Amino acid sequence: MTQFPDSLSDLPPAERFTGPADLADALSRTGYLADEGLATAAYLALRMQRPLFLEGDAGVGKTALAQAMAEVTGAHFVRMQCYEGLEASQALYDWDFPRQMLHLRAAEAAGVHDAEELERGLYDRRFLLARPLLAAIEQSPSVLLVDEIDRADDEFEAFLLEILSDNAVTIPELGRIVADIPPLVVLTSNRTREVHDALKRRCLYHWVEHPSYEREVAILRTRLPQITAKLAEDVARATGKLRSLDLVKPPGVAEAMDWATALHVLGARELDPDRAAATLGAVLKYREDADRLHSMTLTAMFGT
Amino acid sequence: MADNRDVVETMLVFARTLRVAGLEAGPDRVQAMVAALGELDVMEPSEVYWAGRFTLCAGPDDLERYDAAFNAFFGGETPRPGGRAPRQERVVQSAPLDLDPSGSGAVPEDQASEEHAMASGGEVLRHRDIAQLSPAEREQLRLLFGLLSVRPPTRPSRRHTRSHRGPVDVPRTVRRVLRNGGEIRRLARHKQRTKPRRLVLLIDVSGSMGPYADAILRFGHVAVRRAPASTEVFTVGTRLTRVTRELRQRDPDRALAASGAAIPDWSGGTRLGEVLKAFLDRWGQRGTARRAIVVIFSDGWERGDCALLGEQMLRLSRLAHAVIWVNPHKGRAGYEPLTGGMQAALPHVSRFVAGHSLAAFQELVKEMADA
Repeated sequence: MTQFPDSLSDLPPAERFTGPADLADALSRTGYLADEGLATAAYLALRMQRPLFLEGDAGVGKTALAQAMAEVTGAHFVRMQCYEGLEASQALYDWDFPRQMLHLRAAEAAGVHDAEELERGLYDRRFLLARPLLAAIEQSPSVLLVDEIDRADDEFEAFLLEILSDNAVTIPELGRIVADIPPLVVLTSNRTREVHDALKRRCLYHWVEHPSYEREVAILRTRLPQITAKLAEDVARATGKLRSLDLVKPPGVAEAMDWATALHVLGARELDPDRAAATLGAVLKYREDADRLHSMTLTAMFGT
Repeated sequence: MADNRDVVETMLVFARTLRVAGLEAGPDRVQAMVAALGELDVMEPSEVYWAGRFTLCAGPDDLERYDAAFNAFFGGETPRPGGRAPRQERVVQSAPLDLDPSGSGAVPEDQASEEHAMASGGEVLRHRDIAQLSPAEREQLRLLFGLLSVRPPTRPSRRHTRSHRGPVDVPRTVRRVLRNGGEIRRLARHKQRTKPRRLVLLIDVSGSMGPYADAILRFGHVAVRRAPASTEVFTVGTRLTRVTRELRQRDPDRALAASGAAIPDWSGGTRLGEVLKAFLDRWGQRGTARRAIVVIFSDGWERGDCALLGEQMLRLSRLAHAVIWVNPHKGRAGYEPLTGGMQAALPHVSRFVAGHSLAAFQELVKEMADA
């Protein structure tokens, strides 16, 4: 919150930015360099209070955007990783059974016999475990990242839809908990499964592309201030070339950063074929891809 | 606010252009677009572009169409007058994917009376090669296809269901204890549930598969209707087309007509290797083929590079739980898998079965459930 003047941080997150460019500036101050499309999408998500649905290759910065948005708006960051078989008790809330049991035994020992009072004590807020969805609604303002929604089952999607449209959770024993400021929701998907249209319709959809050469250099320079400018340029250029090679898994920005870090650790000030070959495991994660690259000459690829 | 109304009107016409281009720009999406524009600068073309793209597109396949339509519309070209006919048009005629080369799917009257006689001959029909049936027999076979019971294959899920035997279900036991005032009366138990395993059908629609394509798509329709969430159907030819969405409709003829309209490379050539690669890149690797049962319906006539096909089949076999290759020609006496494509693919196939008759399809159903 420190990077904002007091008058600004008092405003609700949606009204702090004058436009997409302003938001992009704020994001870049946290080290996240968003292009025009992504900044516009994030700005609209804030203003329209609609969830942001991000798709794109792995490692293009979908998850990082949610973290940067939380930092920029001074909101709590809540992350929910989806997986198959995710249930309401793991996503919304759960009662802390062991503690309830202890409470019951303790009350018995103390000789409390008023059944009604005992029950009221049993379903108290302190015995409620807030899972990500409830946490995001309770701690407003917040940014809720629903990561890899395509991995959850479709029943869970319907459930999520209900929570998102109400911005409230009803707990039978406690009542309804409503968010003061609706959380900014960012959903990501890797397209292992087509997400239901009903969910997509309520979201702003954005396909996140790999960054351009200039942007990638800038990202590497911002995120890894310790590496030389020449190394950043070389790595960005080589990664760009790798992406055009028709590989099983084209490297994302995350891989480019790993690679640059690996080269820096080895003491490289620029990319040379020997070190490139030695650190290739940081960018290419499939043997087929490495084979394909070896079949071309490494010098032709990385020669400077 | 005449100016404002102009903007909304322009955007509505633009949305109609997009619907003509094949995007599902429904009213609620259009409303969202107008709302998004309200937050941005209407006079700035790039902001108009983004506002529409975030709200009207639903996947990477839509982006290309959107870009083209946007350029055409705001680049000065006028949109085609009049929208497309309503989407839910009734299919009065039989499906255009009809096997009959003469094109008419209707059953002539004299043949219709024959049908009664043949009803008892269903058993014979079951074993006949689909390519050699008369139009009336095909008509009847269509009905029989609807009766195929495709059992979706299952796999263990991470979830549990209550059961009398199995490990102790701690949360439920404790909940019971709480209800009984702290007394443990009986342990609650649970066991692992099963889930339908993902099923992916890749259907070759090239010219050489022509006589069987209709029957195979019908089979695809039955499979999709049985387990809509876990079944995906693609057609392969010179390019990859996803027809799952079209096949989800209840009526088989309408579903087939819709998928026929969606397939651009009907009766063209085959470039199996390339298209399989496109499938693996865009869908398979990401998860569609992972631990799935992949069924490929093709005769293996590869026009492209057979080495590429072999390479991609190896990749597929590593991702999938089982790969079943269905070749209609295998049902013929004396068939040998000699085509280059078949030779390249067979080492990476878990099962190789025939698919020329209804009986063969029933066999396939069994293979799929047991795979």
